[in-house]
Amino acid sequence: MGERVFELPEIGFSARLEAAMPRGVSALLWFLRKKPLGAAGALVIGGMLLMALAAGMVAPYDPLETDFGAMLGPPGRAHWLGTDAFGRDVLSRIMHGARTALLVGFASSFLGATLGALIGVASGYLGGRVDLYTQRGMDIVISFPIIVLALTVVAMLGSGTFNLILAITIPFIPRVSQVVRASALSIREMPYIEAARALGMGKARIILRHMFPNVMASYLVMLTAFLGQAILLEASLSFLGLGTAEPTPSWGLMLRGAAVEFAERAPWMAIFPGLTISAAVFAFNVLGDALRDILDPKLRMA
Amino acid sequence: MGTQTEKVVREYARRFPRGVLLMAALAFGFQAWTADTPQAATPETPQPGGELVFAVGAEPPSFDGHRETTFAMIHPVAPHYSLLLKFDADNYPKIVGDLAESWTVSRDGLTFTFKIRDGVKFHDGSLLTARDIKATYDKIVAPPAGVVSVRKASYAAVDRVEAPDARTVVFRLKWPEASMLANLASPWNFIYKADILAKDPRWYEKNILGTGPFKFVEYVSGSHWVGKRHEDYFVKGRPYLDGYRALFIRDTAARLAAVRGGRALVEFRGDSPAARDDLVRALGDKVVVQESTWICALTLVINAEKKPFDDPRVRRALTVAVDRWEASRVLSKIAFLKGVGGLLRPGSEYAMPEAELTKLAGFGKNIEASRTEARRLLREAGVPDGFKFTFKNRDVAMPYQPMGIYLIDQWRKVGLNVTQIVQETGPYTADLRAGNYETNQDFACDFMDEPDLQLFKYLSSDKSPANYGRYKDPTLDDLYLKQARATDPAERKKLVWAFERRVLDEMAYQWPTLWWQRIIPQWAKLKGWKITPSHYLNQDLRDVWLAKE
Repeated sequence: MGERVFELPEIGFSARLEAAMPRGVSALLWFLRKKPLGAAGALVIGGMLLMALAAGMVAPYDPLETDFGAMLGPPGRAHWLGTDAFGRDVLSRIMHGARTALLVGFASSFLGATLGALIGVASGYLGGRVDLYTQRGMDIVISFPIIVLALTVVAMLGSGTFNLILAITIPFIPRVSQVVRASALSIREMPYIEAARALGMGKARIILRHMFPNVMASYLVMLTAFLGQAILLEASLSFLGLGTAEPTPSWGLMLRGAAVEFAERAPWMAIFPGLTISAAVFAFNVLGDALRDILDPKLRMA
Repeated sequence: MGTQTEKVVREYARRFPRGVLLMAALAFGFQAWTADTPQAATPETPQPGGELVFAVGAEPPSFDGHRETTFAMIHPVAPHYSLLLKFDADNYPKIVGDLAESWTVSRDGLTFTFKIRDGVKFHDGSLLTARDIKATYDKIVAPPAGVVSVRKASYAAVDRVEAPDARTVVFRLKWPEASMLANLASPWNFIYKADILAKDPRWYEKNILGTGPFKFVEYVSGSHWVGKRHEDYFVKGRPYLDGYRALFIRDTAARLAAVRGGRALVEFRGDSPAARDDLVRALGDKVVVQESTWICALTLVINAEKKPFDDPRVRRALTVAVDRWEASRVLSKIAFLKGVGGLLRPGSEYAMPEAELTKLAGFGKNIEASRTEARRLLREAGVPDGFKFTFKNRDVAMPYQPMGIYLIDQWRKVGLNVTQIVQETGPYTADLRAGNYETNQDFACDFMDEPDLQLFKYLSSDKSPANYGRYKDPTLDDLYLKQARATDPAERKKLVWAFERRVLDEMAYQWPTLWWQRIIPQWAKLKGWKITPSHYLNQDLRDVWLAKE
């Protein structure tokens, strides 16, 4: 069994690796000790998730409630992070904005990573013309910068949460697909895949049951890496007026319009949402890096 | 200086206690606001020379004033042309001659005869004659096939234009029209050369040749437009400037930075209160501010073909729910919005006085009572609490977005659940024209206070291409014609008000939310330019000069 470890896929779960992983509380402590930055990222993400879920209960104000007596108010006891040009509480809008950011972020990165992984595995396993045409298609899509492609999709479909998710999902698909295909190409040659074929299993079953679980490490790393990017893209598109529309609270939206207009007089309108976006992206990136280090057997062995 | 001005100046003193000079500069600027007329002329002696650099927020779609409707064309192009008549910026809305030396109107109001100035030269050295003015107005009133004249409907009363001799132009009307003289002072009606129009009526879309104070030098798309002094200009000693340069800067922040850094001395359309405050704070007494009410209003258009908005009670509930007086108070701090008014600019000759206005739906001052009324109307119309509908808005920050947020908040307070859809100008306009909306924020801007212009938008949709409300109302069309032909101002005022009551109150088809407030912060060394209630007027730069530093 000890020798067989070298026959396992280069990137993938194995019984041996799984057995080597600590579980439960000890896993958390192990992660904290081994990857403190990643743990900090996870903590920030956990906090944001909590904030998004409990925004209705913990936000001090209704994020849509205007108070023209408190317009452009600086941070203080009544409004910890100040108010915007309509007297709306900045903290409450950031808390509720987490819902939009995380919804769009999770949905688009999950869809992008899953579809990309399925296409990549299928393309790698099937090979031949299917692989050739699929990958050339992916090359075409990947040749567009992410933001340009997302902008094009939103411009064509119009704004709105669903279209925003779609616009962010599409550029992610080929990127995940190419990484996952590389893993799939090596997994395809593994004896257990050969065995599955010999047993007469169908292509779909082999892809879904035997190959897809073995690219899970790449999948998870790409998923977390794209989460940060998706949040940034949502903010960018909203900032450009192509994402969420007022008065829905959204971090990117909070940076445009009056925030630009009153940048000198009321800088808190831009600073706090900006810091929140930075923190979220940073947290997802460091968590993604930590997961990659842990789940990549090459790095683990090194 | 009025009480309102003093209050504003005190507020500035609190914010910027450093500058007594600044106070003087602001008081100078605000005088126009409170008096609702341009500031008084300074006694300084104009100094010739120099190049004026100003910023423009967009680029001209074409160079032809007869087909365009945007300031992006008129600001860089107007200095090249003369008009037959023009509005006197110092005494708006007084009309004075530009190319016309004098004029007479027949007793029946059907014949307007103009005497044209002698010796006026085009920039190519040729002499202007009455034939050129006739050819220009022929193109405006009855454009040849394939030529666009967007305001030709305003000249429907013109039967024919005649040029009996080189210095006389005669306009013969089919019926007397109160607005005819003002329409002949339209800032869009650049006078073109007859020979060129005869060869190619579309030549002026891409070329410049006028009799205005400045000759065309160059236009670099995406960058700038340059004009130089016309040495043979018909007013001796003018223009004062050697030339001008318009910088095309689309981004608001970059435009403001250009003015702040002195790269441009002014942007003539209008800035926000925040931009004004930033410039005043940064430049102190180097900047002066001129303000005026503006013949522009934001309007709320309701699609009368869509349920439940086909029910006047629902439309009425929407307008009643909006507290315009509070909007004026709060939004004027963050946007160039201020005036509460009906279909005519507040304070203008035919505008409804406040006492009458407050009787109309949506203009009352007791907002709690109004909200109760709105809820009752919605209940009666069978609209459930929490009813959802969409509100389409332009992706233009100022002043569309602040008002959009305000409206949604106001409707929320009567139990309506509104989703805003923000669109780029192209799809926004396409949806508006196609009726692909429930409610929509539109605007109305004109070059002068004239009921014919301001009421045109509200006629039946088959009569007015500018009416996006998709309703037909013969009562309104009849009132419009009657007021247009009424020559007695008192009688006309009654008809205009009846029209307003029908649009805003009885049927609540579509309605203005707030009128705009024009704010122009400019470098103090820019002299001789007076603000007017329209950003289309007074842009020939004839009297502008630069003080030496």
